[in-house]
Amino acid sequence: MEMAQHIAAYLFLGIGCLLILIGGFGINRMPDVYTRMHAASVSDTLGAILVLFGLMIEAGPTLVALKLAIIILLLLFTGPVATHAVARAALEVGVKPLLRTRDGKPGKGIIEPDGSVTPWKD
Amino acid sequence: MRAVALVLTLLLFWLVLSGHYTLWLIGAGIVSSIAIAAFARRMAAIDDEGHPVEWLVGAITYWPWLLWEIVKATWDVVKIILSPRLDISPTLIRVKASQKSSVGLNIYANSITLTPGTISAALSSTDSTILVHAVTQDGAEATAEGTMDRRVTAYEGRAK
Repeated sequence: MEMAQHIAAYLFLGIGCLLILIGGFGINRMPDVYTRMHAASVSDTLGAILVLFGLMIEAGPTLVALKLAIIILLLLFTGPVATHAVARAALEVGVKPLLRTRDGKPGKGIIEPDGSVTPWKD
Repeated sequence: MRAVALVLTLLLFWLVLSGHYTLWLIGAGIVSSIAIAAFARRMAAIDDEGHPVEWLVGAITYWPWLLWEIVKATWDVVKIILSPRLDISPTLIRVKASQKSSVGLNIYANSITLTPGTISAALSSTDSTILVHAVTQDGAEATAEGTMDRRVTAYEGRAK
C-alpha cells in the first residue's frame, strides 16, 4: 500500500517535471513573445498541477494535502490573470505579433467574428 | 447572506491553515473572520464579484471538464514544441462571448488563458468580445466554434 502510494506520487511528480522542462524548452524555441507565452503555459498549468498533485498523494490524507490543494487553486486563479496582463501589455505597447496561416503564409491581421480581417496597424 | 458565506469561507481557510485546534486559536479564528467580513462589508467589497459563492455548485462539473480540456490542449502544445519543424500558425482572432455577468465573462476569459495554446489578450465588455491569440489556426478556429463559450454560459445559468 505504502509502495503504491510512492509509485503514484513519483509518477505524477515525474510527468509534471517533464512538462515543466518541455515548457522551458518551448520558451527557447518559440519565435515571439506571444507564442513563448503559450509554451510557458504548459509549465504553469498542467506542469504545476501534476507536481503539486504528486506531493498531495505523497502527503496522504493530512492537512498538508489540503494546503497543497489550496495552492493548486491559487495558481489556477492567479496564473491566467498574470498571463492576460502580460499579453495585454504587449498588445498595448504595440509589440507586433508574428502571424501565420495554416499553410505557412503570413497572416494579415485580426480575424473578426464575421470572418473579415482587420489589418494589423503598426 | 453573502457576508455570512464569507465568514464561513474565511473560518474554513483559517482551520485548514492553522492545524492547532485549541479553544483559544479557534476562537481567535472566529473573531478574525467576523471582523474581516465586517470590514469588507463597510468597504462595500462583498458583492457578486467580491465573493461569488453561488458559482461554487456549478464548479463541481465545470472544473473537471476544464481540467480535461487543459490536458488535451497541453498534449497538443507539447507535440508542437517537440516537433522538429515547430509547426505553428499564430493567429489573432476575436471571439464572441455570450455571458451576461462580468464574473461569467471573466471565467470564460480565464478558461481560454488556462488552456495552453490560447491566450485572451484583450476584453471588450461593450460588445462582449475577447481577442484571443492562438498558437495554431486550428486552435483559434476551435475557440471561435464556441464549445467553451456555451459551457461557461451554462455554468453561469446554474449560478443564478
